[in-house]
Amino acid sequence: MASGKTQQKIAVKMRRLAGVLRPALARIRAGTGPRVLFYRHRLPVRVMHWINALCVAIMLMSGLSIFNAHPMLYWGKASDFNHPILSLDAMQSPDGALHGITMVGHHVFHTTGFLGVSNEDGAPTVRGFPSWATLPGPQWLAMGRQWHFAFAWILAINGLIFFAYAFLSRHFSRDLMPTQKDIAHLPREIIDHARLRFPKGEEARHYNALQKLAYVFVIFVLGPLIVATGLTMSPTMDAAFPQLLWLFGGRQSARTIHFICAFSFLGFFIVHIAMVILSGPINNLRSMITGRYAIRTEPENV
Amino acid sequence: MSDLQKTGIDKRRFLARTLTGAATLLLTGCYDLSQKQWFTGILERVEILTQHAQHLFAGPQTLAPEFTKADISPVFRANGTLDPGTADYAAHAARNFADWRIQVGGLVAHPLSLSMTQLRAMPSRTQITRHDCVEGWSCIGEWTGTPLKTVLAAAAPKPAARYAVFYCADPMTAEGDPDHMYYESLDMIEAMHPQTILAYRLNGSDLSIPHGAPVRLRAERQLGYKQPKYIQRIELVEDFAHIQGGKGGYWEDLGYTWYGGI
Repeated sequence: MASGKTQQKIAVKMRRLAGVLRPALARIRAGTGPRVLFYRHRLPVRVMHWINALCVAIMLMSGLSIFNAHPMLYWGKASDFNHPILSLDAMQSPDGALHGITMVGHHVFHTTGFLGVSNEDGAPTVRGFPSWATLPGPQWLAMGRQWHFAFAWILAINGLIFFAYAFLSRHFSRDLMPTQKDIAHLPREIIDHARLRFPKGEEARHYNALQKLAYVFVIFVLGPLIVATGLTMSPTMDAAFPQLLWLFGGRQSARTIHFICAFSFLGFFIVHIAMVILSGPINNLRSMITGRYAIRTEPENV
Repeated sequence: MSDLQKTGIDKRRFLARTLTGAATLLLTGCYDLSQKQWFTGILERVEILTQHAQHLFAGPQTLAPEFTKADISPVFRANGTLDPGTADYAAHAARNFADWRIQVGGLVAHPLSLSMTQLRAMPSRTQITRHDCVEGWSCIGEWTGTPLKTVLAAAAPKPAARYAVFYCADPMTAEGDPDHMYYESLDMIEAMHPQTILAYRLNGSDLSIPHGAPVRLRAERQLGYKQPKYIQRIELVEDFAHIQGGKGGYWEDLGYTWYGGI
């Protein structure tokens, strides 16, 4: 039977993947020389990291709750209801069943169970994002807004303190800004990352080029952009700073950019967690809690 | 299966269950918190912080952006009540609102009762502005109406007046319960704002019933729910705790924030 063949093919592919992953993981575990703990993250960075992690999670989930009140995105100053650029919609077939329909531009996707229609308390319900992804779970716009605007304050204040600290302590210039050497090594770095080869020795004392670029992009581009587009959605802020509307091409464009930024944050978060797990979850977690990170010193350096 | 392997699987299963458990706890925890008064009390205090912070940047006279005729939305979506549906309102509509009156009272020296003709005879303001629904969508339209400031000045507010409360003709229960009509409130800063108008025209035509005929409020720095339709009475008060649910508006009584500038 065809399914048997497919299963075989999948099994072969899985074996190949395991063949690639196993040596990579073995390298991570083994290292080359004696293990040394060094102080990697200072206390303010660790505290701000965890505050930020909590805020980002709450902002994402309460944001989806707010989005669910009108799960459509537009481009421009106002909503052109006939031409959303994204819509999570629902349709009812003659037999009464609900179907989740996601439209991106002119492309239509059937997303029942996830987008447009998903189970809430066991019953198919019309809602943009499913209840497991939103805060609060049941559709409750008023409460989603209150969570979002309260944690926006904590996120913004934490972010500002981080900026001040990182400049004054030279955390930016010393640890985060890519050097010319970093840029030169970028192609090599990309190949190493793709093969899940992570620096274990002396190089692990510093962030690598891809890491720096990712952090710098999130801190200097994504962060300010998501705050500014968020403020642009407030009618009172538009009165105070009409330049925001000019900058983003209108309130509905700002809402769309805000949404894209939010999913970029989610993308960063997923890659970040994947890297933490692949490059040694215990070591990474400990370094963000106690500050100490273990490296393998090179034998010739001992 | 060796014991070692088994411990490995148990460990992984334990870890997976712990993580799922923690995630579920966090989610239900957040939901439970949303229903705890001490927590929603904090959220309400943050709302006041947001209001003060926004007023630092947007002064009493700071105008909402105005647009050009080219920006006007082809279809202006009507939301909320689309027809009050009461016999009284239907009778007014049948007479083209010739007998509709707007009462202005409460903390004023000279209570008023304005007909639509009197309201239209007062100096008007026309503005092309963006309407932002709390749900997230926006429409742009051209509104014409009498600045609320002008009307209130004629009524001479007393110094104790802190809020303007708007009473509307649309009942918010299916039974048409007169104790649960739409109502809203603005503080005196927003009520006296130059763009806050009692609008009777949208895009050059008299207001249609779905848009709040014969008169609705426009408060351009606020979200849609702060701009009531079908206005019959304006009352200046020092405090709105005694009115309906006590939170200053129909949606506020259902948990929406009183401050609607964000």
